[in-house]
Amino acid sequence: MVKKVITGNGASANGARLAKPKVIAAYPITPQTSIIEKLALMVSNGELDAKFIKVESEHSAMAACIAAQNTGVRTYTASSSHGLALMHELLMWASGARLPIVMTDVNRAMGPPWSIWADQQDTIAQRDTGWIQFYVASNQEALDTIILAYKVAETVNLPAMSIEDAFILSHTMESVDIPEQETVDSFLPPYEPKFRLKVGEPMGFGSLVMPEGYMEFRYKISEAMDEARNVIRTVGKEFGETFGRKYGLVEEYKTDDAEVVLVIAGSVASTAMEVVDMMRDEGKKAGVLRIRSFRPFPYEEIRKVAKQAGLIGVFDRSYTGGFGGAIGTEVKGALYNSDASLPVKNYIAGLGGRDITPKVLRKIFEDMFESLNGGVKKEVEWVGLRDGSGRW
Amino acid sequence: MVKLTIPEEEYMLPGHVACQGCGATIAMRYLLKALGGKTIVSIPACCWAVIPGVYPSRTLEVPLLYTAFETTGASISGIRAALDMMGDTETTVVGFAGDGGTADIGLQSLSGAVERGENVIYVMYDNEAYMNTGIQRSSSTPAGAWTTTTPGGSKKEWKKRPKKSVIEIMIAHDIQYAATLTVSYPEDFIKKVKRAMEIKGPKFLQVLSPCPTGWKSDPAKAVELARLAVQSRVFPLYEFDHGKYKISMKPKQVPVREYLKPQGRFRHLTDEEIETIQMHTDEQWEILLAKEKFTNELYK
Amino acid sequence: MSYLDEIPITPIADKPSTANRTGTWRTFRPIIEYEKCTRCMICWKFCPDVAITLENGGEYEATNDKIKQMVDKAPVIDYVHCKGCGICANECPVNAIQMVKEG
Repeated sequence: MVKKVITGNGASANGARLAKPKVIAAYPITPQTSIIEKLALMVSNGELDAKFIKVESEHSAMAACIAAQNTGVRTYTASSSHGLALMHELLMWASGARLPIVMTDVNRAMGPPWSIWADQQDTIAQRDTGWIQFYVASNQEALDTIILAYKVAETVNLPAMSIEDAFILSHTMESVDIPEQETVDSFLPPYEPKFRLKVGEPMGFGSLVMPEGYMEFRYKISEAMDEARNVIRTVGKEFGETFGRKYGLVEEYKTDDAEVVLVIAGSVASTAMEVVDMMRDEGKKAGVLRIRSFRPFPYEEIRKVAKQAGLIGVFDRSYTGGFGGAIGTEVKGALYNSDASLPVKNYIAGLGGRDITPKVLRKIFEDMFESLNGGVKKEVEWVGLRDGSGRW
Repeated sequence: MVKLTIPEEEYMLPGHVACQGCGATIAMRYLLKALGGKTIVSIPACCWAVIPGVYPSRTLEVPLLYTAFETTGASISGIRAALDMMGDTETTVVGFAGDGGTADIGLQSLSGAVERGENVIYVMYDNEAYMNTGIQRSSSTPAGAWTTTTPGGSKKEWKKRPKKSVIEIMIAHDIQYAATLTVSYPEDFIKKVKRAMEIKGPKFLQVLSPCPTGWKSDPAKAVELARLAVQSRVFPLYEFDHGKYKISMKPKQVPVREYLKPQGRFRHLTDEEIETIQMHTDEQWEILLAKEKFTNELYK
Repeated sequence: MSYLDEIPITPIADKPSTANRTGTWRTFRPIIEYEKCTRCMICWKFCPDVAITLENGGEYEATNDKIKQMVDKAPVIDYVHCKGCGICANECPVNAIQMVKEG
């Protein structure tokens, strides 16, 4: 194990290297570029035995990964924002074809207005593509999640995405443990495809299916996604035993006795945890539930926390255009048929890289306590909006 | 003891669900006869995505990867990369896409694959419109043709601009080998596929594939029409091999009218319009002859 | 076992299309007149449906000695799959194939 101070993109590139993909196909986009630059160098230096296809678009990146993975090798790609959006059709194809491709997305806002800064709109918009989605909160987690994601993906035959915040993680240095190749190899054995294109075995992969047969294939994806929920827990535990860092579907922070809990995804969760400590120093029982796996959705973990909390706040760094943020509506959806009966308030914040400072988060927690006592006056609220009200 | 002019082995099965007299199925049949069983095919959205039949039906004796419409170039690149990494450099990887999937929506992906120098064969089966979706014009539809999106009407809106030449776009990529083929000349077809197999790098084959349904022609005349396309010089057969143009055959010219007449899609054309098509055809032929002469002198 | 248990996780088509009886599409039936047929196999070559096979002698054996000496096979139409497009009849250089309306 080597400890190095590297960026999130450096961590992702190292995670990919350690997972030994045989084919990489990628197209540059800010702020993903340094991942693929590093991988290109690793391939050129012989540090990574892979073919890097320098495709002419993200659409082709995913198409090439699909074809290569279906031929029987492990593949990797990375993208961001508009690049991920361009991939959309093929993201659907990858899950329908049941190929355990792993990619990194560097969370970046969608245009217009043009923005290269962090928010989660790009990946949230890919919620329904049948990909497992992990939102990471540190550079260490970015590296670890790629290795872990391959294992989960290859167990359930679904593709998986490791998601890191633009700049806040991608271009910021942190101390990262880089595991030894041997240890990674013992955790993640060579890829054994469950099916593949093979000369002498004439088969058509992904053929036309009539209405009387279609639904069953989609149902199998849904079964796999449900299975992934447990697989993530098991593999996360096993990862902990091997590498000393355990991961689950969520990370709970002081939720046991919390009166208000903020549900949040991405690196901003660590700031929220600091704010929780500040609030606790003042005797205010706040907690944080960080969503690591958005797909599959950790509804059981959310129900458990909701059982004892008085109010849940949900922080969305994206907007679905209609009714709040996606995580907000998902949390409410998870609670509706449960025993919990508590108010949920949705906060939209940090779009297009707008800074989410401890001060902003503190105001959100204060608003949660106010709503707990005085009732939720506004179900969905845009935090830090420059509307002249001075509210935030 | 029977002397056949093309290989006897079949890699396409009967019972596929192509229309009667489908040129694209003849093209696939010849292609695989030439390539043999050590082949992997990738097919995007097009007639051929449907021709093998609905799940679980297959009609090819080789593995087939179905893929999205605009991805053939990237898809065959991915298969090739994976095979190479698995130590298999022998298997031929071939993309088989229609003219819409090649000249229009898939052009970028094809261009990328050829520019990168991927060791693959790309076959464009050119039936000159989006036939699978119901005969809409593509950029490979010839001038003057009726399609459901160039329906004529009172404003006489047939396809106005000439067919885009994808092979010439491929040649502009400094491709090592590109050729035009058609189903009426099986021996020439197979010879060109075999030549493509000898070359390491990207190869592009454009196959004129008559479509009786879309061309509004008699299914029985499918092969005959392909022959007339060559004889009238509307679709000349030629190769571009390492810089040199080589016209495969220079048959006695048949007037374009003979080629257009049996096709309902050209029924509305006036004598004047046919004359314009004749002139354009003759010009293109002269250009091709000049290219052949020039490149053969240049690379003597 | 339910249908759900029988199918793979993604549609992998492996059943030969020969099971499809596309001969039912036919309006006109090609009939080879073996007396006229020179066994040039042009019909076999152009068939889009792989519905003409090359069979050894027997009932299809040529009566013309010259042909018999040169070729020991004959083209035979597979009516289970032949869609009746008529390319074979159109391409036959000696008009040995007639298209006859199905009854």
